[in-house]
Amino acid sequence: MTLAAGHPGFLSPTGVEVAFLLVGVATLGAALVTVTTKQLVHAALWLVVALGGLAIEYLLLTAEFIAWVQVLIYVGSVVVLLLFGLMLTKAPIGRSADADSGNRWAALTVAAAAAATLVWVVVDAFRSTWIDLSGAAQGSAKVTGASLFRNWVLPFEALSVLLLAALVGAIVLSRRKNGAPS
Amino acid sequence: MNDVLDVALRLVAVLVAFLVLPLVIGQTEHKVMAHMQGRLGPMYAGGFHGWAQLVADGVKFAQKEDVVPAGADRRIFQLAPAVALLPYLLVLIAIPVGPHGLVGTVVDAGLFFVLAVMGVGVLGSLMAGWASANKFSLLGGLRTAAQLMAYELPMLLAASSVAMAAGTISLPGILDAFHWWWIPWQIIGGLVFFTAGLAELQRPPFDMPVADSEIIFGAYTEYTGLRFALFLLAEYAGIVVLCGLTTVLFLGGWHGPMAGSLGWLWTLLKTALLAFVVIWLRVSYPRLREDQLQKLAWTVLIPLSLAQIALTGVVKVVTS
Repeated sequence: MTLAAGHPGFLSPTGVEVAFLLVGVATLGAALVTVTTKQLVHAALWLVVALGGLAIEYLLLTAEFIAWVQVLIYVGSVVVLLLFGLMLTKAPIGRSADADSGNRWAALTVAAAAAATLVWVVVDAFRSTWIDLSGAAQGSAKVTGASLFRNWVLPFEALSVLLLAALVGAIVLSRRKNGAPS
Repeated sequence: MNDVLDVALRLVAVLVAFLVLPLVIGQTEHKVMAHMQGRLGPMYAGGFHGWAQLVADGVKFAQKEDVVPAGADRRIFQLAPAVALLPYLLVLIAIPVGPHGLVGTVVDAGLFFVLAVMGVGVLGSLMAGWASANKFSLLGGLRTAAQLMAYELPMLLAASSVAMAAGTISLPGILDAFHWWWIPWQIIGGLVFFTAGLAELQRPPFDMPVADSEIIFGAYTEYTGLRFALFLLAEYAGIVVLCGLTTVLFLGGWHGPMAGSLGWLWTLLKTALLAFVVIWLRVSYPRLREDQLQKLAWTVLIPLSLAQIALTGVVKVVTS
């Protein structure tokens, strides 16, 4: 990312920016359908659309590596896990009348607050930083790797320890105690 | 204008390969299986050794009625074959066939691109399994999902070992860095990758999700006509993609004598050889049970791929 010499307009309508906005709207729409639809499996499939839309946004910002990792981890694994769980429990075809929650207003408040926090943090952090989309790709695997292991090693390692702890915790929880009724 | 023409030509070439190669492998499977079992296989369609059998099959599939079960989730049921098939077409674009840019398009993070997009194809089977409103289909979908989750990890680990060795995740870049001694060095990773790939494609001996003697045809039980043919095509396109990827990652792709002019031929030959092995395994191995399948992935393949990564790391540090 470079500090732009002149201040580029907020929405100079280049092709990439228009595409970015359109994909963003589609992603938001898919995400809204995900949380409002009454058909459980459809919700998971709309989640695929939303996550895929995010991957396209990354691509448009030339962060190719992040985009493919997004598809690999979220679309390829997390959603498959979700679908697996849904099929194991109860996934009727058609609408589920009970696929609704009394917490919807609380959830909406939390979602809006989280969104506001995230937008505020991002806007505050990247106030006058601009990505030059016309030059060489700035999110290639090389750049991402270098920045990850040069500037962000500590958070990276902390995250891996957290994941390891989660893994160990899951194994401990799923192990049946000796003598306990099965 | 020339650039546009260049891109269009490459895409057309990939599309032709996508339409022709799976059929060639399908016909080879007919013949190889037949000869291994002491039969002749198709002999009449087209005259010479039944070469047109699959074309005739295609015509037959296209004529059949396209039935959607009454209880099915119509739209998802109809969408599923496309979701299963298209990822393989996309992957084919990124597989380098020869030196000097003989590839659909150079993707910077090519390795991750192909693995990510291949993983999406399984969503098609899951959608088909759930939307069919059929217990056998649902069971098939469940088994597909369980199998994918078990075998995705060793596949990724084996592929990342090659990326470590080459120091890049671009597929042409990996081939540029290749030396002949990579084959013995990465052989364990290669075997793990190929086995895990077979499991992702649900090819025998990993065809638990479509085990015909237990659950009819798994997620595809309710499909007829063209949509069923698309699922079959996805399976054979998957074989092409898996064999091509194994060739590129572990067997040196276009490297070989006279690679400059005959590189593409080497890629095709190695891919064809692997495809033959895929067919051979189908004929010679019994189907693994679900627990054996999971055990193989978690207790054999993952430790092996981790050992391969350790070996790659040690050699890399020693030689650099």
